[in-house]
Amino acid sequence: MQKFFNLQLAFGLEWWKFLAIALVLYALIGGLLIDVPALPILHETIRNLYYHVTQWFGMMIILFVSLWHSIRYLSNFKMHHDFVAAEAANVGIYMGILGIVTGSVWAKFTWGAWWVSDAKLNGAAITLLIYFAYLILRNSMDEEQKRARVAAVYNIFAFTMLIIFLMVLPRLTDSLHPGNGGNPGFGGYDLDNTMKLIFYPAVIGWTLLGVWLLQVCLRIRTLNHKMLIKQFK
Amino acid sequence: MLFTEVKHLVRKEIMLELRMKYALNGILLYVISTVFVCYLSFRSVIQPTTWNSLFWIIMLFASINAVAKSFMQESRGRQLYMHTLASPQAIILSKIIYNVLLMISLSLICFLFYSLFIGNLVQDIPMFILCLILGSAGFSSVLTLMSAIASRTNGNLTLMAILSFPVQVPLLMTLIKVSKNAIDGLDPSISYKYLIILLMINVVVATLSYILFPYLCRD
Repeated sequence: MQKFFNLQLAFGLEWWKFLAIALVLYALIGGLLIDVPALPILHETIRNLYYHVTQWFGMMIILFVSLWHSIRYLSNFKMHHDFVAAEAANVGIYMGILGIVTGSVWAKFTWGAWWVSDAKLNGAAITLLIYFAYLILRNSMDEEQKRARVAAVYNIFAFTMLIIFLMVLPRLTDSLHPGNGGNPGFGGYDLDNTMKLIFYPAVIGWTLLGVWLLQVCLRIRTLNHKMLIKQFK
Repeated sequence: MLFTEVKHLVRKEIMLELRMKYALNGILLYVISTVFVCYLSFRSVIQPTTWNSLFWIIMLFASINAVAKSFMQESRGRQLYMHTLASPQAIILSKIIYNVLLMISLSLICFLFYSLFIGNLVQDIPMFILCLILGSAGFSSVLTLMSAIASRTNGNLTLMAILSFPVQVPLLMTLIKVSKNAIDGLDPSISYKYLIILLMINVVVATLSYILFPYLCRD
């Protein structure tokens, strides 16, 4: 697997990083240019599907990576897993903020307000708060092993809450958000094939960009850790 | 095995609480004085929405103060001693059960004093009490796990609030919705959906605590 990813191209970048740049650019530019179906209320704002929804898809995938490594940490106690979990949570939060900002802009043009009190929106805000709490919890402990263990436990809890707040609760209560409470979701728009052409590449692009960010952050953290150990040798 | 352990541990918690009266009385006094302060500032509340929100905000803060101590107050030595006697699962389950019992009695007392001072607007009292029971159970199971987590970090109360508030907010929102239905005396069938949500959150949190707590106590 490692050899496969070491396939280097010009500029010292691996092939999938080029793919990430290309797909995100394709989604950013193509998303603005290509025709969209004319639907009532939504009109041109439907283009936000390419940004907001894809960023949150990327966020979910990256946060799932974080969860996975937290579980791995609790099963074998290798510090590497803790590093990945922490950095993946950072990247996930970053993408979550992007998603919430684009969602807010969309809400302004569709519903007429930057924020409305809605099960899905409040759930999203609370999820971000939980992940901020995760970061604060990490910073409140000095001892490395203990921090890793306690943070892993809270991370598993946080992801479960994310599933409840974003997937379960909005479906049980009324929500204005597309895809909930009887509003057409992206499954409804999916009927249109041109939108599919941008949507799925955009999801892959944002996820790859997230993985790239994760890799860079992880390298910095690992090097910092190595330097710290070197000081005491 | 687990069942007998839990039974003895819950008994131990209750006996400890009854012997160290200051903790229980302290939290009772906290609730009553909060209600009294609200009474002094509001006099009487006529609007059901305000009545409801005020009640649940009092409950929220009371629950944090009541449950926070469950792990933080215990000395390191006693915690270690407990771990030599019982399995971590039994310890967390007994703490949750004890805190649920504590919170249910606390919320009933709070409701009593609240309706005494500020007035009782509830039309469907059995439904409201069911709501109180589920709410107290939810608050205490979330807070017990958070208290366990916060106690590993030099036990500061601010961190406890930061960790548990976001998790409690949806619980609080659902509770406010159901209890508003109970206050207005709406047909119970409207509230079933929300009661199921409350029950679901309780079960999920309790299961997570049961699975994750053993990892918190290895040192």
